[in-house]
Amino acid sequence: MATPTYITLDHGSGGLVSQELINTLFLKYLRCPQLRDLEDCALLDGFSGQLALSTDSYVVDPLFFPGGDIGKLAVHGTINDLAMRGARPIALSLALIMEEGFEIARLEQIIASVAAASEAAGVAVVTGDTKVVPRGKADGIFLNTSGIGAVEYRVFISATNARPGDAVLLSGSLADHGITIMTAQAGLAVDGDLRSDTQPLHRMVATLLDEVEDAVHVLRDPTRGGLATALCEIASSSKVEIEIDEECLPIRPAVSTACELIGLDPLYLANEGKCLVICSPEEQDRVLNIMRSVEEGADAVCIGRVRGERPGRVNLRTRIGGQRLLEPLTGQPLPRIC
Amino acid sequence: MNLDEPFREPAICTPLVEEIHRSLHNVSAPLRIMEVCGTHTVSVFRHGIRTLLPRQITLLSGPGCPVCVTPAGHIDLCLQAAQQQDVVLATFGDLLRVPGSSGSLADARARGMARVQVVYSPMDALELAQQDAAIQVVFPAIGFETTAPTIAATVLAAEQLGVENFFIIPLAKTMPEALMLLLGDAQLKFSGLLCPGHVSAIIGAAAYQPLVERFGLGCAVAGFEPADILAGLLALVQQQSRGKAQVDNCYPRAVSQAGNERAQALLAKVFMPVASEWRGLGNIPASGLALREPYQRFDAVQRLQLTAHSVPDPPGCRCGMVLKGMIQPPQCPLYGSRCTPLSPIGPCMVSAEGTCAAYYKYSGSRCSETGSKKSGDNGAC
Repeated sequence: MATPTYITLDHGSGGLVSQELINTLFLKYLRCPQLRDLEDCALLDGFSGQLALSTDSYVVDPLFFPGGDIGKLAVHGTINDLAMRGARPIALSLALIMEEGFEIARLEQIIASVAAASEAAGVAVVTGDTKVVPRGKADGIFLNTSGIGAVEYRVFISATNARPGDAVLLSGSLADHGITIMTAQAGLAVDGDLRSDTQPLHRMVATLLDEVEDAVHVLRDPTRGGLATALCEIASSSKVEIEIDEECLPIRPAVSTACELIGLDPLYLANEGKCLVICSPEEQDRVLNIMRSVEEGADAVCIGRVRGERPGRVNLRTRIGGQRLLEPLTGQPLPRIC
Repeated sequence: MNLDEPFREPAICTPLVEEIHRSLHNVSAPLRIMEVCGTHTVSVFRHGIRTLLPRQITLLSGPGCPVCVTPAGHIDLCLQAAQQQDVVLATFGDLLRVPGSSGSLADARARGMARVQVVYSPMDALELAQQDAAIQVVFPAIGFETTAPTIAATVLAAEQLGVENFFIIPLAKTMPEALMLLLGDAQLKFSGLLCPGHVSAIIGAAAYQPLVERFGLGCAVAGFEPADILAGLLALVQQQSRGKAQVDNCYPRAVSQAGNERAQALLAKVFMPVASEWRGLGNIPASGLALREPYQRFDAVQRLQLTAHSVPDPPGCRCGMVLKGMIQPPQCPLYGSRCTPLSPIGPCMVSAEGTCAAYYKYSGSRCSETGSKKSGDNGAC
């Protein structure tokens, strides 16, 4: 019998066809010994302190885009969510829901990418699941990853922990992921290099906490909803005002041009490899230098300051000296007519 | 490189702001300036321009957001088309959430009652039709002089390529007639008009001369970067100070006196002026664009037998007054409470460039907490 080139309902049955897919494709790339045993769950050890647990689903369209793909995104996204509470990521789970008819060659590309990203990050996929739904009941493939991490630092890192006087630092340029996906969906060709910024941030966070643990108050990756929404959440959770300087915001020219073309605001577009660090003002320069010493934070800058005056507000000082209030994103950003 | 970057430089903008303050010394009356275009409204907020202006200047938003002036009855036409068998409605994204008389296109799509696809250009809709002969692609032609030439070009392309399954709902509008009507309203008392840069690039700066002659109203054509807007405002302040109204073209890098004659020819070839209904302004003669006879086979209204009904505005909605610059959005009783960008009641809350949506995004529902919700003046809350 010829090997099928696309996913059938049999691949999700749990029977022999499923087994064959696992053995020939998944285990070819994902080489964690725990996974090979095909037990019902993975047993983990080698950590102390509090556990951190996070989960995220990935439905990005297109599946492959400049700078990454759904597999890479699924690994980095969950690792970053763990890192944002100061946790050291230990292990990941991977669940797939596929639509009948999905090409096996594309599945293989995605799994190879998951494996490469997980190996590069040093966080293994230790358990997994595959389901197949009839054609038309899903859009190609959806991924879910969950991750477990260990909180090994004393410090309390939380969106509730920003304090008046704190510095607001950003690890690099804004909106790269969001605009790459939007232009890909629109089929727009924009001059200049648009690439997703998807990357794991746990190593930068670990370096930071190893050296200046007490100085760091808030870590947040501004993913969906962008920088503006992340800042609004922090201002509201911490009951502080945040003031941001537009002049300091790093936005690459190609990104800014593409945003204007489609009519989108870069402050509201997703980032997948950037992190806000809110830290005590005394240690601001040290924190910045540490961030800049690693590749993920090479372009780190100070973008503003936390104030105590009007809790919940995020204020942007525009380049020309005006004031603008930043509100959280309300719905899906829609491209405009003119 | 972004060629507009220099027009955001503080070194250029700050002196313009200072000059506006200085020039106002000779002007005693308050200045009510209408920024006609939604892109202006958004840019004013985005760069915090209101917070830099003297309190004497009030900026009012006008009817220059195509989605906002689209009446519910026209959304119903789009819904009727989208619900027909084999029809795919290919539309610009910001039309999705505009409420018709029985919900929006987004609602109908979510409930599986309509096939709606977002496109970024009418040419994308034509391509969609070429890819699948089994569907009929309908593009709602909503927009002003800026969008209409591309739609005209798409109709011509469809004709040349012999595409049989592409149609438009001809709902495009033209600006000068609406402005003429608006400025004729004695109640409104504008001191000057910040004219839309995109529309002016097509129709030309000279198109505003009749407004100057008939109403003695100052006009300044302005682009959308902060320096462009400030230069336009300065020109209007200086006209006031000298007591002489005229058309100042403050956007010469994009706008000529005569405009884009090729685009005008394209419009004239495909479309002809007809009366059109504007939300809030009513039926305005010669302000709409219908397909000329040779192109009427592309008219979805005829082809799919769509029937237009006039739908009254939702109770309490003051989009009409907002569009005329009679009130600012926070003065509408529904603003920020029953009407928000996620569940809009009036169209001004829908498009990113809608006046109410811009106010909501940039000054927030939280205005009320600072006590300035009803003041509606220059504060950015």
